[in-house]
Amino acid sequence: MSAADGLVRHLYVHMPFCASRCGYCDFVTVVGRRGQHAAYVDALVAELELEQGVLAPRLESVFLGGGTPTFTEARELERMLHALPPAEEVTVEANPETVTPQLARLLRASGVTRVSLGAQSFRPHLLSVLERRAGPEDVRRSVYFLRDVGFDNISLDLVYGIPGQSSADLEADLSDALALEPEHLSCYELEAKPGTRFTHAHGAELARQAEAMESYFERVVARVTAAGYRWYETANFCRQPSLADGRDLRSRHNLAYWRGRDYLGLGIGAVSTIESERRRTTPKLGAYLAALAAGSRPPRELEPLPQEVRESERVMLGLRLDEPLAVDGLARAVDWAAVERLERLGLVQHERRESLALTGRGRYLGGGVTAELLA
Amino acid sequence: MDQERIRNFSIIAHIDHGKSTLADRILELTETVTGREMRAQVLDTMELERERGITIKAQAVRVLWKGHQLNLIDTPGHVDFTYEVSRSLQACEGALLVVDAAQGIEAQTVANAYLAIENDLEIVPVVNKIDLPQADPDGAAAEIAELVGEQADHVLRISAKTGEGVEAVLDAIVERIPAPAGEADAPARALVFDSSYDQYRGVVAFVRMIDGSFRARERLGAMAQGTRFESEEVGFFSPTMRGADSLDAGEVGYVITGLKDVSRLRVGDTLTSEEQPAAEPLPGYRDVKPMVFAGLFPTDSDDYPDLRDALERLKLNDAALFYEPETSQALGFGFRCGFLGLLHMEIVRERLEREFDLDLIVTAPSVAYRVLTQTGEEVEVHNPSEMPRELELVEEPYIRASIIVPKDFVGSVMELNTERRGRFDHMEYLSEQRVLLLYELPLAEIVLDYYDQLKSRTRGYASFDYDVIGFRQGDLARVDVLIAGEPVDALSLIVHRDGAYARGRALVDKLREEIPRQFFDVPLQAAIGSRVIARETIKAKRKDVLAKCYGGDISRKRKLLERQKAGKKRMKQVGAVEVPQEAFLAVLNLDGGKK
Repeated sequence: MSAADGLVRHLYVHMPFCASRCGYCDFVTVVGRRGQHAAYVDALVAELELEQGVLAPRLESVFLGGGTPTFTEARELERMLHALPPAEEVTVEANPETVTPQLARLLRASGVTRVSLGAQSFRPHLLSVLERRAGPEDVRRSVYFLRDVGFDNISLDLVYGIPGQSSADLEADLSDALALEPEHLSCYELEAKPGTRFTHAHGAELARQAEAMESYFERVVARVTAAGYRWYETANFCRQPSLADGRDLRSRHNLAYWRGRDYLGLGIGAVSTIESERRRTTPKLGAYLAALAAGSRPPRELEPLPQEVRESERVMLGLRLDEPLAVDGLARAVDWAAVERLERLGLVQHERRESLALTGRGRYLGGGVTAELLA
Repeated sequence: MDQERIRNFSIIAHIDHGKSTLADRILELTETVTGREMRAQVLDTMELERERGITIKAQAVRVLWKGHQLNLIDTPGHVDFTYEVSRSLQACEGALLVVDAAQGIEAQTVANAYLAIENDLEIVPVVNKIDLPQADPDGAAAEIAELVGEQADHVLRISAKTGEGVEAVLDAIVERIPAPAGEADAPARALVFDSSYDQYRGVVAFVRMIDGSFRARERLGAMAQGTRFESEEVGFFSPTMRGADSLDAGEVGYVITGLKDVSRLRVGDTLTSEEQPAAEPLPGYRDVKPMVFAGLFPTDSDDYPDLRDALERLKLNDAALFYEPETSQALGFGFRCGFLGLLHMEIVRERLEREFDLDLIVTAPSVAYRVLTQTGEEVEVHNPSEMPRELELVEEPYIRASIIVPKDFVGSVMELNTERRGRFDHMEYLSEQRVLLLYELPLAEIVLDYYDQLKSRTRGYASFDYDVIGFRQGDLARVDVLIAGEPVDALSLIVHRDGAYARGRALVDKLREEIPRQFFDVPLQAAIGSRVIARETIKAKRKDVLAKCYGGDISRKRKLLERQKAGKKRMKQVGAVEVPQEAFLAVLNLDGGKK
């Protein structure tokens, strides 16, 4: 959905560089290559220039994701941040071990308003299964450094369902994360994607543990909401406004995805959705750099998004949120017979077919329920 | 031709023991075909036959050898087609019994040799493939001699592949097999030993003239069925169709009937002339009764009319195939089909899928039961879900199984047969190493996984064949399966009372694995009448979410949901429960219940 003026208000910038690749990761990443950071930022800036026309002069959100954006050479990261158009929310993803007082100051001084820290776990044995470089102390220290320079919107990423994770491990991770009083928490069940090195190594173990871990999602939601957080999206929590000086701490950038807004993505592997088209930029660093060095757009894959597909996506995404989805304009994407069936099972509610929402239990089964109610 | 110079014979052999190659070699040696026109194995016409190495429909080929007319009547290789085999054998005075020099006798050879002996045929034993490096012609000759009660030095040793010894086979046919003994001047009688359907010429009957003769344009009648027609043409195959002025006593050939419906002329019937009809038909006509039944349902319910048309077309060429519409609340509209046996079922299924491009669900095969109801009525039940829940008296079909195994496996086979309610009948050493076991078993015990079990318990060495010997009373129970309280007709089965608990347990366990978890608890029960004998619960799903979903993931997640949705569409709805089609086949693989 584009704004009335047709301009895009949400920008994603992909910073692919990492110190090493974690076994479970399936993002577009590039290990090391410090020598190419400057060239990459040059290319990003050039691409931003080329796409400037679709962007609103003032954005609602910018999100620098990775990779590990904070692994990028400090000078280059700073240059990138300064090249961005002004935005109300600017989030940078960071790995705990990369956060130093200097980096915290750099981010703060460059207009970043929100930092999303990939903590994943506080148990050393689980971090090593995930092949993460940071230890529990790195996570805590990075939060302190960010607080010291004045960041008042910090998000922590936690992963659960890690091979070997007991329910005591999970409880301890939640306690440790909550003790840091982050404004925002993202809790994901580990996805062992077929074909990754990780699944090869741990798939059998995960299958064995599946039954034991079945209650983890419920545990996470129960613990985090009891600590005063709002479960505003399937995997995301933010501190209740009453405990945060009335602030709405939901991620504005991610809300834009879940509300089906248009967004522009820059960098390798980045995805943009603008009106009736989705495009994915080449994941190949060489091809990307070469194209932009020559002043042209990088190669990208185009996926047409007819209106009905966008409507289906709106339903799929909208039902992830804790607010009812206004059905206006989306009615044909919904199979109402299925809705009635699911309502009888206590999984869905609707208001005279004008708005649709999952019930508490429905949210735990959101994937299956959504698959069923999509027309 | 003078009957004294006619010889009618079949070739009996196990699959792959070289029947077709020998037939080809005979056609070549007698110059019936030249090498050039020789399509390898001309007698097997259908694509499927070629691939599976079996012959479904018999044909007869006439060859000339040293002033004699030899008619080679092809027989189906498998005793699922016992009836057809015995018809073919009745058209002959002798048979070549061919055994592979490397493999020795197989159960099928035994079953067919017994049939030949019962039909009073002169048996010419032949050991084939003597050219193979691993051949043991002496061993095979000893086995075959023992089986037919002949001297081992009377057994011919040949290689159909190289042609070595095949002339001696032709000579032996002339010397050892008696000439036909019909009466040339008596009223005409011909045995219909096979038929085929041609869309232009109608039903083609393959006949053996016993007495008298037929000409083209003659009014003929089938004595058992009463069907009348005018012969459009008579003739023989050599190897292709050749019209003739007449078919005379002792000869084998075809009659083109012009009939448009294969069911109007049954194999086994006697044809006679209208003008001078015979007083008595030839002995032995009987209706073929299907013994094994299964439901055939299209995977996509839109294909129902196509399935109906396909069955109609198959039926034209396969009088033994039986079908009637069946409705299953779980599988929708389909057909309950009756087959002569397991192989027949397998062939029909494959032809439907291959020749008619249909995607089918085949329910667990069951057998024909004869039921005496409480009101004293006798009914035949082809579908477990139609079996009255309170049974007065049930009879089930029994078979005589011939099993040949290396002697080390005799114990395992006996154990398996005992588990399957078998009754030991006879054991015989064919050689020092190989043992022939004869058992009587309920057919129901072999229709599911018997053959697989037999193979796995004998490391693949067992050779097995059977024929149906009649109906016997059994202490049987109908087991129903309830999914979330709803009985599922397609999963009902009839089992011996002693095995009912184990079967019921195995069935609900299997279903618990096959049915995915739903949004609610799903109780599974197996019951005899109102008595539940096994239960399980599929616990409700507690989570089913796509962990993360951001800008870069949306297309992939959408496709994931689309796939999930498509997967649900393929499931069958039983009440509120979505049941995958595989679950309906759960009853097919219940070895757990038998171990």
